[in-house]
Amino acid sequence: MNALKFMIAAYVATWVIHGGYLVTLVSRYSRLRREMKEFRKNQ
Amino acid sequence: MKRLFPILSILTAIFLAYGLYQALWVAPADALQGDVYRIIYYHVPSAWTAFLLFFINFMASIQYLVREKPGARSALKWIMIVGGILGVIAVYLPPIKGMIPAGMQPSAVATTVLMVPAFYFVVGWLFPGEKLDVLAVTTAEVGVVFCTIVLVTGPIWARPVWGIWWAPGDIRLTSTLVLWLIYVSYLVLRRFSNSAQTQMLAATLAVFGALDVPLVYLSIWFFRTQHPQPVIGGGGSMDPRMLHTLLISWMAFLCFCFLVCWSRFRLELLKRELEEAHAMESLVGAGGASKASMPLGRSSR
Repeated sequence: MNALKFMIAAYVATWVIHGGYLVTLVSRYSRLRREMKEFRKNQ
Repeated sequence: MKRLFPILSILTAIFLAYGLYQALWVAPADALQGDVYRIIYYHVPSAWTAFLLFFINFMASIQYLVREKPGARSALKWIMIVGGILGVIAVYLPPIKGMIPAGMQPSAVATTVLMVPAFYFVVGWLFPGEKLDVLAVTTAEVGVVFCTIVLVTGPIWARPVWGIWWAPGDIRLTSTLVLWLIYVSYLVLRRFSNSAQTQMLAATLAVFGALDVPLVYLSIWFFRTQHPQPVIGGGGSMDPRMLHTLLISWMAFLCFCFLVCWSRFRLELLKRELEEAHAMESLVGAGGASKASMPLGRSSR
């Protein structure tokens, strides 16, 4: 049972890392789109 | 291409769910380790994917370094062709064959040798010019994410099996940590350096960093390590259901990796487009160009 906790921890850690990275990608993409919109507006 | 992304995302999600189902319910428990060994289905595919990404990063970086030097580019092309042919022949020569670690098949080594020129030409053909640098930063960043997973899941697996989180001095573990640090340095360099030479410096660092990949991979053959020998291509045996699940997991991770790389690649292109537009605007401000020639002015998006 104790070993099972380690397995679950490894699986959860994997998806937390992937999820965290995807969140940073989405936020960077949104920021860029916003900057681009502002840039076009100022032209 | 825009329509393809959601379709591929759904297929990848199904593939990942199937891989998880196989890993948790179909693959049998290990006779010695019990269920905790199932970490292998995330740990090993993540390591293979990270190695593959660092390898692509290496291929993109060397081509980026020689892209404006026709002589060096031509020399590198011939080194790849001749090196690939000689490498495959050499693998089957008795003195070289004798140096291949026990359990490693010469055909597997020959295939790996052939992958070097194959990847070199495919990467150069698909990503010409500046896109090589975009590919390099993409693969380095996503590779660091996968390598982080290897370094996190490894100790979680080691604790119940070895009784320790980390084996200090173990060459497989240390070289993997060094590999991760090299590519983190690469990303830090790219993030915080504003020099015109940043891309060239980063490409040079990537070429040296990639030398650590074979060391990580081969360390368990050439050194005594706490880390076990590989079960595939290392003379070990594995239940066919376990092997099937491992390969399914790797395929699912590769699909996921492809989608993440695609998104990161597009993000980098967008970032560069914006930077270029800002640079052009500065030129327009200085009276050096007309607004009509600006990249974003051209774009109808």
